[in-house]
Amino acid sequence: MTALSNGRIVKISGNMVTVIFDSPVMQNEVAYIRHGEERLKSEIIRVRGNLAEMQVYEATGGLKIGEEVEFSGELLSVELGPGMLGQIFDGLQNPLPEIARQCGFFLKRGVYIKALSDTGTWDFTPLVKPGDRVRAGDKIGFVEEKIFKHYCMIPFSLQGNYEVVSIENSGKFTIHDAVAQIRDLNGKIVPVFLSQKWPVKIPIQAYAERLKPEEPLVTKMRLIDSLFPVARGGTYCIPGPFGAGKTVLQQLISRHADVDVVVIAACGERAGEIVETLRTFPSIVDPRTNRPLSDRTVIICNTSSMPVAARESSVYTAVTIAEYYRQMGLDVLLLADSTSRWAQAMREMSGRLEEIPGEEAFPAYLESRISSFYERAGLVRLHDSSTGSVTIGGAVSPAGGNFEEPVTQATLKVVGAFHGLSRNRSDARRYPAIDPLISWSKYKSFIDEKQKERGHEILRKGFDIAQMMKVVGEEGTSLSDYVDYLKAEFFDFVYLQQNAFDPVDEATSKERQIYIFDFIYRVMESEFIFEDKDAALHFFQQLRQLFKGWNSLPWQSDEFKGTEKEISAFVIGRSGND
Amino acid sequence: MQKLYTSISQIVGDVITVEAENIGITELAQVTTRQGTSLAQVIRLDGKKVFLQVFTGSRGISTGDGVRFLGHPMRVATGNMLLGRIFNGSGRPLDNGPELIENLVDIGGPPVNPVKRIIPNKMIRTGIPMIDVFNSLVESQKLPIFSIAGEPYNELLARIATQAEIDIIILGGMGLKYDDYLFFRDTLEEHGALSHSIVFMHTAADPVVECLLVPDISLAVAENFALQGKRVLVLLTDMSNFCDALKEIAITMQQIPSNRGYPGDLYSLLAARYEKAVDFENAGSITILAVTTMPGDDVTHPIPDNTGYITEGQFYLKNGVIEPFGSLSRLKQLVNGKTRDDHRTIMDTMIQLFADYRETQEKQSMGFQMSAWDMKLLKYGKLFEDRMMSLKVNIPLEKALDLGWKILHDCFSPEETGIKRSVIDQYWPDKHEN
Repeated sequence: MTALSNGRIVKISGNMVTVIFDSPVMQNEVAYIRHGEERLKSEIIRVRGNLAEMQVYEATGGLKIGEEVEFSGELLSVELGPGMLGQIFDGLQNPLPEIARQCGFFLKRGVYIKALSDTGTWDFTPLVKPGDRVRAGDKIGFVEEKIFKHYCMIPFSLQGNYEVVSIENSGKFTIHDAVAQIRDLNGKIVPVFLSQKWPVKIPIQAYAERLKPEEPLVTKMRLIDSLFPVARGGTYCIPGPFGAGKTVLQQLISRHADVDVVVIAACGERAGEIVETLRTFPSIVDPRTNRPLSDRTVIICNTSSMPVAARESSVYTAVTIAEYYRQMGLDVLLLADSTSRWAQAMREMSGRLEEIPGEEAFPAYLESRISSFYERAGLVRLHDSSTGSVTIGGAVSPAGGNFEEPVTQATLKVVGAFHGLSRNRSDARRYPAIDPLISWSKYKSFIDEKQKERGHEILRKGFDIAQMMKVVGEEGTSLSDYVDYLKAEFFDFVYLQQNAFDPVDEATSKERQIYIFDFIYRVMESEFIFEDKDAALHFFQQLRQLFKGWNSLPWQSDEFKGTEKEISAFVIGRSGND
Repeated sequence: MQKLYTSISQIVGDVITVEAENIGITELAQVTTRQGTSLAQVIRLDGKKVFLQVFTGSRGISTGDGVRFLGHPMRVATGNMLLGRIFNGSGRPLDNGPELIENLVDIGGPPVNPVKRIIPNKMIRTGIPMIDVFNSLVESQKLPIFSIAGEPYNELLARIATQAEIDIIILGGMGLKYDDYLFFRDTLEEHGALSHSIVFMHTAADPVVECLLVPDISLAVAENFALQGKRVLVLLTDMSNFCDALKEIAITMQQIPSNRGYPGDLYSLLAARYEKAVDFENAGSITILAVTTMPGDDVTHPIPDNTGYITEGQFYLKNGVIEPFGSLSRLKQLVNGKTRDDHRTIMDTMIQLFADYRETQEKQSMGFQMSAWDMKLLKYGKLFEDRMMSLKVNIPLEKALDLGWKILHDCFSPEETGIKRSVIDQYWPDKHEN
């Protein structure tokens, strides 16, 4: 390593500084500005001649021309190892609870704290023996972390084959103790630690191959799982105007999704929202593991009033942590709320760099950045033939709720499912407010294809009839059309809508969804005979009431079965085809 | 010690450039001109060139005028001495009182660590049923009042200021008409609220740069009080003027505009202010109510749109009343379960019936025949508008809930309301006669 090089500030504009340097610097290299006692982290984002333009991850107030800058020789990296589960980091992986202990109510600039504890010890168990052949990403041992075996892996950055020279026996180690020594073909010895560093903007690819995401990821939201499913290792986006319930939806998914680890990237949104997650998750028990939800959750929190440049990196920090857990053969869900704020952070920097703006002043590289971010999702087969996945769900906050804007459009090009929230649905209190008429998914649902198609069809038809009724009134609508309309409304009310405040209804298992969907399918296929529209309306209102009660009864409980019989009898009593 | 620079090399808009060394960004300077002295803030540094935004505007500044750097960023005095006082956007007294220089704090301080926030749990009573009953205001909430020019939003704000159960009121006025300023001053005085209020007033005639300082100054003072355990309500009017001032400055500084001329970081700039709303653990709180006038009543305009993404709901003030549809307090669920056990029932039922009333009204206006049920709804809607919605109504929450039951009782039978039997038995006004 060469000695660290230095530079001096020559220009300051907002959170961008220009630095003059004389020895080589690297694009995206991390540098520290020395301002009195403070050292402010920044990153090189453009180099021109002997001038480097850097975004500062902190407020720049008080910085002066001529102040010294130290280049670190490293890209912006995160530390990956045991101790991340349940933690709350900022966008640069500083643990926020620790900062609070040191600095009190406010975030203090220039305070950086190691992401992982230096002194905490972990019970290590080896999995390989000297002489074994290993390569990047191979598991050489594990420590117990909360609910998992947290594997210790050969550094992802190593290339080619290595041989294990020595490995520690079972025992207690800190993340700075080398647990193994490995040797490459040239005889160079490399120590392996419980943790490793990885630059956030580069995907971790220490796996055998990427597979096509096919298996559905059960979120327990009926509207999503049944009609617009997400696949394990797939991607989806939730655009919606403010107040349409994006964040509530993301929170519900973070609680109920059938995955091993959830990484939440609170990117440029309200602090109040993340507070709810961080204050409630430790006391909610995850039914899969019987441990607090926080044990499977990592929160990356860079809320709207925190520095903008760190907001840009928070998304990368989050996805890198997700990829790390994937390397252990786990299923990881990354929820980013909101990718629009991330895109705006790029726009702000682009503006400061005086780049030629694209649409709505977003930089021209917006699309490629968005697509390369979502491309970091995926289902992979690891070298030991186990599989792991990263699924990415990004909330989008389009300006004015208009999906034509650049961020939504760029996102739609790359994701596998689109859950569009609509103001109309949220105003009508139909939650989740995912509009079934505009949403789509390229993944396969666990609901029978024919039944699912019928579901879509009745919704479209119901909508058309409702539109028509607005013009011609109920009087001008035929009884059979009216019944179809009622069927669509019924389907919407008892299946698509879910009550987030009802302990049973808020999450529906896969088995239950298949069962109920089949039941509703039969209702939709039934020919009912009604004297008039009022009778039809009355029938469906009663059916809806019964069904709603059914939805809040525990799966396969006695009451559940009892209500099912009651509903069946009620339907058959009206049905013309028996 | 403080050196005087007298070589202003450029004047563009309200931004002047001088050559100077060892100057920090966001540092304050004093510009002395023939008209007097003005504060200015460093907003960009390029080699020796220092770009300063002059608070009183650049009109009349000569290239030979003197600039003296003060070596610190914008500060404001804090503490009880400020109570009852009125200042301008730069923190200078407007009320003939003495200038204050005690307990100076930097404005625009660092953000609160999210892990130090607590889930809001205290309701602020205002005596306005449309707020207390239907969209409760919660301590530490940030709520805009979306409105259009001509609506009585300042009257509403003044009423909340005088009636809210809160320790300290800080009023930040931006681009207000002078009449409005006098209105606020007189209203606060009349209701005896001035003694626990602090006013930072920027009127439409004042230089635009001072408008930008108002939210930061108000919130810095509020934060100081909150840390001392005070519950502070910050009222900002009108944030659209603040945004327009941002736009004006951004364009002068040749920033690339993003949407309708507004700077690309409008969201972050607004969020930095609104996110100051907080409930400190074991200390006080800051609650923000901010008027946002929507140009052309268009909620998709960049100002209300960005605001809506930041704030925790909104009050729509339309046709002189707080519109029940569209208005939303996202935090109300955190408090309205703990007031009186019929609170949520009244809230849900009355709004639902009012929605039905609106539908009936539509049917009526299209000339459809009115059924008996429609007639009931029409009666109900009228009563609701007169006794609940009107901003003239001024009753505590419990009275408002009782009134709600009375209105329901006057219009419907218990079954027609769809309220659970057990609640009806407890609250239906004439249960004894049944």
